[in-house]
Amino acid sequence: MNTLILIFFPVVAALLIALAKGQRSREAALIAALIELAFVVVICVQFRPDASSQFDFDYAWIGSLGIRFSGGIDGISILLVLLSGIAVPLIILSTFNRTYSRASQFYALILFMQAAMIGAFTARDGFLFYFSFEVALIPIYFLAAMWGGENRVAVTLKFFVYTIFGSLFMLLAFVYLYYQTPLVDGHHTSAIADFYQLNLTPEAQTWLFWAFFVAFAIKMPVFPFHTWQPDTYVESPTPATMLLAGVMLKMGVYGLIRFILPIVPLGVETWGKTAIILAVIGIIWGSIIAIRQRDMKRLIAYSSFSHVGLMAAGVFSQTETGMQGALIQMLAHGVNVIGMFFVADIIFSRTQTRQLDQLGGITRNTPKLTVYFMIILLGSVALPLTNGFIGEFLLLHGVYTYNNYIGLAAGFTIIFGAVYMLRMFQKSMFGPATARTKNFTDLTLSESLVFVPLVIMVFWMGIYPQTFLKLTEPAVVNLMKYIGTTVVSLK
Amino acid sequence: MLPIVALSVSGIALLFLGFQKSRVLLLPAALLLLVIALAANFYDWNKTYLYFNNMLRTDNLSMVFTAIVLGSAFMVIALSSQFIEDEESQPAEYYGIIMFSLVGAVMMIGFENLIMLFVGVEALSIAMYVLTGSDKRNLRSNEAALKYFLMGAFTTGILLFGMALIYGATGSFTLAGIAAYTANPQAGLSLLLYAGLLMLLIGLLFKVSAAPFHFWTPDVYDGAPTIFTAFMSTVVKTAGFAALFKLLSVSFNGVYSFWWVMLAVMAALTLVIGNVTAVYQNSFKRMMAYSSISHAGYLLIGLAALGAQSEQAIVFYSLAYSVATISAFGVLILVAQQRPAQTLTSGGVLGNNFDDFNGLARQNPLLGLAMTVSMLSLAGIPLTAGFWGKFYIFSTAVERGQIWLLVVAVLMSAVGIYYYFRVIIAMYFRDGATESIRVSPVYQYVLVAAIAITIGLGVAPGLLQGLF
Repeated sequence: MNTLILIFFPVVAALLIALAKGQRSREAALIAALIELAFVVVICVQFRPDASSQFDFDYAWIGSLGIRFSGGIDGISILLVLLSGIAVPLIILSTFNRTYSRASQFYALILFMQAAMIGAFTARDGFLFYFSFEVALIPIYFLAAMWGGENRVAVTLKFFVYTIFGSLFMLLAFVYLYYQTPLVDGHHTSAIADFYQLNLTPEAQTWLFWAFFVAFAIKMPVFPFHTWQPDTYVESPTPATMLLAGVMLKMGVYGLIRFILPIVPLGVETWGKTAIILAVIGIIWGSIIAIRQRDMKRLIAYSSFSHVGLMAAGVFSQTETGMQGALIQMLAHGVNVIGMFFVADIIFSRTQTRQLDQLGGITRNTPKLTVYFMIILLGSVALPLTNGFIGEFLLLHGVYTYNNYIGLAAGFTIIFGAVYMLRMFQKSMFGPATARTKNFTDLTLSESLVFVPLVIMVFWMGIYPQTFLKLTEPAVVNLMKYIGTTVVSLK
Repeated sequence: MLPIVALSVSGIALLFLGFQKSRVLLLPAALLLLVIALAANFYDWNKTYLYFNNMLRTDNLSMVFTAIVLGSAFMVIALSSQFIEDEESQPAEYYGIIMFSLVGAVMMIGFENLIMLFVGVEALSIAMYVLTGSDKRNLRSNEAALKYFLMGAFTTGILLFGMALIYGATGSFTLAGIAAYTANPQAGLSLLLYAGLLMLLIGLLFKVSAAPFHFWTPDVYDGAPTIFTAFMSTVVKTAGFAALFKLLSVSFNGVYSFWWVMLAVMAALTLVIGNVTAVYQNSFKRMMAYSSISHAGYLLIGLAALGAQSEQAIVFYSLAYSVATISAFGVLILVAQQRPAQTLTSGGVLGNNFDDFNGLARQNPLLGLAMTVSMLSLAGIPLTAGFWGKFYIFSTAVERGQIWLLVVAVLMSAVGIYYYFRVIIAMYFRDGATESIRVSPVYQYVLVAAIAITIGLGVAPGLLQGLF
């Protein structure tokens, strides 16, 4: 078993589906995604929980420059690979009650997106990471701009230009790091492991920190780089929103852990507090705006912005619990946000509205939807025994250890989260039925099939998180130890 | 030398072919002759020769540049089938002139002596003046030719003056002789050298349309027949940068500290002017003219940061840029033929604006894909050759530590995405004319080849590395 299969299988499947242009591209895409999930599960089962990188591949890419096409899975990537594997089949299954024009292209782009994201999560060469990070933008751009809402063209262009602009600074940072590596056989190297070994001056660390931070902060997004996000989430078709919020934004958090912390530890020491404060401002800012939203999709978008702020703060707390929390919360948030957006999509497809004041009384006819919605929602508000609790608890613990006051401020996320989520539930599901909701029908089989795995994940991660935590723990411990020793040695 | 001979003979042969009544043979003949010239080019592979009393040199680098130029010309000629049907056009003469202009380009790439450079620049330029004005009945085409000729002739004077001054300082026209003189700048160099170098650079930078010598570009590109715009914006630019690279890296490396700031400032200026002005264009062709200016800016970064990586960077960038540009102009030619332009551009020419591309991807997926791939490549998005072009160029500047220049380049890259995506948006996300555009097989081959090269180099940029 090899990581290369995970990257190239979806590409091949996407090409076949796009070229076949068949009627059954939806089913074909689902089968491909399930096969990919099977590969992912096999890899997760075979994965040895230690700090090493496994299932590696390594080929010359631009030999004369020492740039290699190399990747592998370690404890920091594994949950994200798992998330990509779980999310895509569910996203495809969630479209079974919809018909999209030019379906073959639609599903091909989703699979292509999956390949690019797995490429980014498993890359062990800096330039391969950058390449995958950017390539993922092309399918999501076309998904959002071709099948999106009315304003899609302007909104997605803003999203695209914004993200590329940020990541170009990351490219400069990588090129700079590349030239700092020692010469081997007449060329420099761009392996991430070699970047870890560099002795960078404090000045260089400062600008590298910001070059990386801007790229990842735009991707996540962290306040004040979030202005592209709500509109893009709202205008995109729901499957694209799920990809964006469920998986793609995790590239940003992943980048913080993989690059910023170990490569520029002195930069983090100097500027990490600024970053945490920005992230915490985002948590509170996003929550307050979410409380005032009337549009369900927009509300979930802001809640996602708020949640990801906590992940960033946890990473920058530089504690083991914070880091572990960020990793498991990435998986949990992916599961929850896909569920939430799916609920919004189901409600929209049956009532043609997402406005909370036009909804209400849905619970009467829909026992299944109510139960699933409630469980996913409880996961989002971090109730104990659900997946959100584990992640948020660890994250808050980490931030609290870093600084009590910042931890206290970040803790508002739980209170605010409960307020806006329960308000959404109450306004949409309870109360008298309106003209739009009185004929609301309960979930179909395919819709239930999307929720069942999500609900299983919510409880599994909430009740027995050890399954997932033990995969990441050795890598996190190793990383923390590494950062600790580097900071000491650089001083 | 072999391609020079082959191209000269081809030019004359094509002129004679023009005596025939039937035009059917011309296009295949021109393509065949170009393939022969291309093969002749590689005959000396891995060997270094000096020809014409040491005035011309062939080595692997010059052969790669020549191959890019000839390959671009091949694609452009393959897209020129419209001349066969147009009674008023004179394809034999056009093809003949193109062959002669390519001789000039090859000389500019391989020169060892400033006189050879001058002959090459003139052979290429005079052919370009004629081709620009080849649409005789179109007032704008004539105007463009006249503008181009007057300004070009003026800068030719400056170029020649510069060469004379350099000769005065160094006593030599050969690159090696000049290099020997500049190798030791501590000894104190003649002021004539600096003045001469400045004038030489102005002359060449005019040809590659770098700011502030770019003012002719939009009007000339806009007024010239589109097929020749494609030729001009690829062949002239590649040959021009090959010449600049050779001149600066071989002869003037010793006085790097004198010219790099100037080139860096001009690169920044070119990037800003090209990209920002392109945003305001509604005509596709005019947008491409400004985009071509902006790409001169990126290439100039590779020169301003002259180093070990520059050679590779300039070769790769020229190739990626040429392929993407030709394919974009190819799609424009088809669109212009079948959806005639309704609006005047700011240059006063009837030009296809972005709206004419509306809905193109639905009716013609191939055209949509070809255009998308070239726009992504020009914008420097990964998965396309253009990304690695930018990557190499940025690498050179990082190696030299020219961070401020890179920040300008990054900002301008983001601006570039905006106008390149306007075409993609029009093609995919807007509804337009419903009838599909007929695409002849030759066009299909060229466009598919362009897509294949762009994505192939985008996925495996290492393919080129063994070449030089």
